[in-house]
Parts: sequence; structure tokens; C-alpha cells
Amino acid sequence: MNVMDTRATSAMLYLDGVHVSFDGFHAINNLSLTLEPGEMRAIIGPNGAGKTTMMDIITGKTKPDEGTVLFDGVTDLTRLDETRIAELGIGRKFQKPTVFESQTVQDNLLLALNVDHSVKGTLFWRGSRAESERIDRVLETIRLTDARNRLAGSLSHGQKQWLEIGMLLAQDPKLLLVDEPVAGMTDVETHLTAELLKEINKTHTVMVVEHDMTFVRELGVKVTCLHEGTVLAEGTIDQVSSNERVIEVYLGR
Amino acid sequence: MTPHMLTRSLDRGAAIFLAVVAACGILIPLSNLLLPAGSFLQVPTYLVALWGKYVCYAVLALSIDLIWGYCGILSLGHGAFFALGGYAMGMYLMRQIGTRGVYGNPILPDFMVFLNYSKLPWSWYGFDMFWFAALMVLLVPGLLAFCFGWLAFRSRVTGVYLSIITQAMTYALLLAFFRNDFGFGGNNGLTDFKDILGFNVQAEATRAALFALSCLALILSFLICRSVVSSKLGKVLIAIRDAESRSRFLGYRVESYKLFVFTLSACMAGVAGALYVPQVGIINPSEFAPGNSIEAVIWVAVGGRGTLVGAALGAIVVNYAKTFFTSGVLAPYWLFMLGALFILVTLLLPKGIVGTFNAWREASRERRPAQAHASAAADDGVTESKMAEKRS
Repeated sequence: MNVMDTRATSAMLYLDGVHVSFDGFHAINNLSLTLEPGEMRAIIGPNGAGKTTMMDIITGKTKPDEGTVLFDGVTDLTRLDETRIAELGIGRKFQKPTVFESQTVQDNLLLALNVDHSVKGTLFWRGSRAESERIDRVLETIRLTDARNRLAGSLSHGQKQWLEIGMLLAQDPKLLLVDEPVAGMTDVETHLTAELLKEINKTHTVMVVEHDMTFVRELGVKVTCLHEGTVLAEGTIDQVSSNERVIEVYLGR
Repeated sequence: MTPHMLTRSLDRGAAIFLAVVAACGILIPLSNLLLPAGSFLQVPTYLVALWGKYVCYAVLALSIDLIWGYCGILSLGHGAFFALGGYAMGMYLMRQIGTRGVYGNPILPDFMVFLNYSKLPWSWYGFDMFWFAALMVLLVPGLLAFCFGWLAFRSRVTGVYLSIITQAMTYALLLAFFRNDFGFGGNNGLTDFKDILGFNVQAEATRAALFALSCLALILSFLICRSVVSSKLGKVLIAIRDAESRSRFLGYRVESYKLFVFTLSACMAGVAGALYVPQVGIINPSEFAPGNSIEAVIWVAVGGRGTLVGAALGAIVVNYAKTFFTSGVLAPYWLFMLGALFILVTLLLPKGIVGTFNAWREASRERRPAQAHASAAADDGVTESKMAEKRS
């Protein structure tokens, strides 16, 4: 036994028996899920399965009615607000790309960097070489080096998705929650995004919500299928997609 | 990579603006005092006082632009902070009157004697000292804004709801200050000022000095606003304005940022009010009227939200128009014109005067390199067709 370890679990993210209901509608129903450090997990499920609500719970936007949500084995996320959770190292990419449209690509990344986010820190901020080098590296990774001085609002849809992933990289969180990263992307862009996420997964724990099955297959990671706010099936993409109950909920009864 | 905070924040428009304000602040008082009255270039005293009022309004407009233009906080109650600053200065001026008042009481201002006060209310303690009054000019609006903002921003009150409660705040203060037993002069307010720092407030030299000081306040406020909005904090403010919840998920404590700019802005509005009162010679509860605060927002919208220079310009242009139109046969129609102005600006110039000008300049600047690019592309076309010829 490891006596030094006060962690309740070795998991990076641990959800157990989580319930949320909105006006009597059970959005999340006894949801239990664990994500190991360094893992990448794909979450699939029909509309209304509770995928986005689950991300809202993890990032502090929604408080669960009951259940345990532990980050890094020690931190109870249900007690913290969005800002505190972001500071702990959970980054999120939204379903609809949300970048700061009236600011440049470069400034979007600068805002995302995990440096002092206090009022005093930003008021007296002076850029450092290390910071600008990090921004350069992220720009290269997301292929937006040439667009660095363009306004984020003028980017194409796919570029905005990448910029948002880039902001996650600049934030350098321990856990990345990525909601529908390839929605509205071309096949080529989808492929490149899969490559990008695999690259990111080398150093980060990632949770991806996605509808696009080709994309999920390309990621080649463990898949969890949600339905009516609870886990329906878990396993490789082949196991999950051949599961009778999964086929049933996707095709309808 | 990042030069000093102030030099970084000064672009050409800002430099021109500062130069013009500084020139006015020096030349107008000099011309008023040194040139003989009635000469062509002499600025008459009544105009010095009038323009001094506009300059104070410009400072108020800057303070609104800082929170509305850059952080999306639409305060429809900023007139309250302006008036509180004004009252703090008014109280100092009242206590300077001393035995020269109608009742000749060395401690109590006239209205207190009239209302049978036996002694000075505690809220008036210390206002016989200028430094204390000057501190209160900053502290009272600042503290009110801090408490109000702390409650509102922590509860995530945003958008129209915030605008409505700021209106309620200024209206509540209006009602309170109207009461005689509130201790601030009731509906008559504070007036009949004699001296400021030992100088006669009516004297030409004092008025000229107040005008110059107002210009200095405008310059300083502008520099403060510029260094705030051009720092990284300014980028965070814009991020909050455009996507508040996204900023939270990046780990920014949105309420702290809002509280910071809101309080700073209220202090600036207080200073504007404090400079305004000795120049107009009176402060009364009507300064808290909700309409005043809305009018101030219109100045910013007309001049150009989120441009700073535009806010100051808007305050001066709209108020000049107000003076011009309310002093002639058109007087009864001024409010209609103000309403029409707001609608026209919203429909035709949504970016305001300066915003539209900037967009136009940006567009013409972009067109030029685009033309150069097009001709370069045409050259490429030529070489390509030549290569094609060779290949064939």
C-alpha cells in the first residue's frame, strides 16, 4: 500500500453517480466515468445524450444535483467556479467556435497563455521572449503563422476551430475537453485535426466529444457512448458500434 | 518588444488629440487674460466657463467609454458619480464661504441655519480642508462604485439588467438629495460659492485657471484610459466584452476586472464633477437625474464607442449643439433633436464619428496594398503565359 497517497483515485477525471436535472428533465442520470492520465477518450451519443452537459459539469458551468466529480484524484470540482477550474488546468473548446473575434489571432493566443491572470498581473504585463516563442510554436502547430495579425473574426470556420484548439494549447491544461472539433470541417481539415489531437495527446489528457464516426475511428482511442445521460457502452470503436443497444439508440426503436 | 506603457499607447490620433487639448488649455486662458476685452482674438470669459463645462463633460464621457466601449458595461447611472464628485467639491466651497453668508454663521452654511441646524452634521466634517474634499471627490464615487459593482458583478448581473439598476441607483440618489433633512441642501443644492483655495471663483483669472485644470484633467484621464486599454488588461476587457463566459473558461476572474474598471471610471467621473461645480457655480440634485446619465451615453455613441478620442469629441460636439440649439428659436425642439441624433447615429453611423472615420481610413489603407498585389499578380500572369509559350 502507498501510505503517502491521499488520492481517492489515480484517475485524472473521476465521475461517479452524477445526476443533473433541469425542471424535472434528467439531463445526466447516474453517470460514472473515469479518465486515466495521458488517455484520450472519445465520447459519442445521439443528440440530447448529455455530452455537453457533462462538460458543463466538469468545467463548473453547471452544478450537479448529486454525485462525485474529482479532478486529479483530489479536487472536488463541484465546489469550484469556472475561473478556479480553469486555473487548476482544465481547458475547454466549445461546440460553436468561440474565439475573440475583434482581436488578432496572436492576441487570442496571448490571452489564453497560462500566465498571471490577475488584474494587477495583466495591467503591468510586459511580454517576454519565452511567451512570444510559445505563441510562435502554437501558431505553427495550428498552421496559422501567416494569419497571426489577422482578426480572429475574419478566419474561416475551420481556422477558428483550430485557433480555439491553439488557445487550449497555449493554456496548456492538464485535461483538455474538446467539444465537436470537426463540425463543419472539410475531409482534409478533419484528417489534419485528428493528427493534431493525437499530437496533443502525447503530452495531455484529452476528452473529445464528436458525432463524426470516421473522425472517431481515425483517433483510434477508447470510446464511450452516452445515452439519456448515462453510459450505454464503452470500448473500442468496433465494439461500441456493433453493440446492439448502441445501434438501437442511434437508429431509433 | 514592449516599449514603455505610455509611448506604446500613443498612436497618431491620440497624439493629435492630446496636442489640441493641451493647446486649448494653454491658449484659451492666455487669450482671455492677456488680450484686451473685445479684441478679435480674445476669448470672452463666458465662453471660457462654457467650454470648461464641455471639457468636464468630455472627462465624464471618457469614463463611460472606458467601461462601455471596452468592457461592455452600459452604465446609465454615471451621472451619479459625476454629481457625487460635484457635491464633495460643493461642500468644500460652501465651507469656504464662512461669515460672508447671509446669516454670517462661521461654521454652518446658510441652508443649515435656515433649517435650524444646531451643529454641523458629521458628514460635513473635514470639508473645510481642500485636501480632504479632494480625497472625497475620488473616494465617495469610488467606494459607491466598488460596493455597487461588487454586488452586481459577483451576482453576474449583466446587459440591460445592469443598465436598469444603475438607473435605479442614480434615481434613488436623486430622491435622497432632494430631501431637506438629508443634509446636503435639499432641492436648492449648494451655491453662492465665494472662494476656492483663497481665490475668488468669479474672478476671470480663477475661471481661466479652472479651464486649464479641466484640460489637464482631460489629458490625464485620457492617458490613464489609454494605458489601461492598451495594456494586456485592455485585451482582457475586450475579451470580456465580446465573450464573457469564454474568458471565464480561460481562467480570468471576470468580476474582478469589471470591478476594477468600474471603480476607476467612477473616480474619473467624480473628478469631472468636482471641476464642473466651481465653473457653473452650483450643484443641485437635478444632476442625479437619470436623463443626464443617458445623455452622457449618447455623447459616447455619437463620438464613437471604444475609441476614447471619439467619446471626448462626442461630448463636446453634442453639448455645443445643445448650447447652440437651446438658445434660439429651436429651443423647444432640442430633446426631439437629441432623440433623432441618437436614432440617426445608431442607424447610419453605428461606430460613431471617430469609429466611422477609422474604418474608412483602414479600408483605404487596405485598398492600396491590394492594388499593388493585384499588379504583382498580373506580372505573374505575364511570366506564366510566357512560360506556357516556351513549353508549347
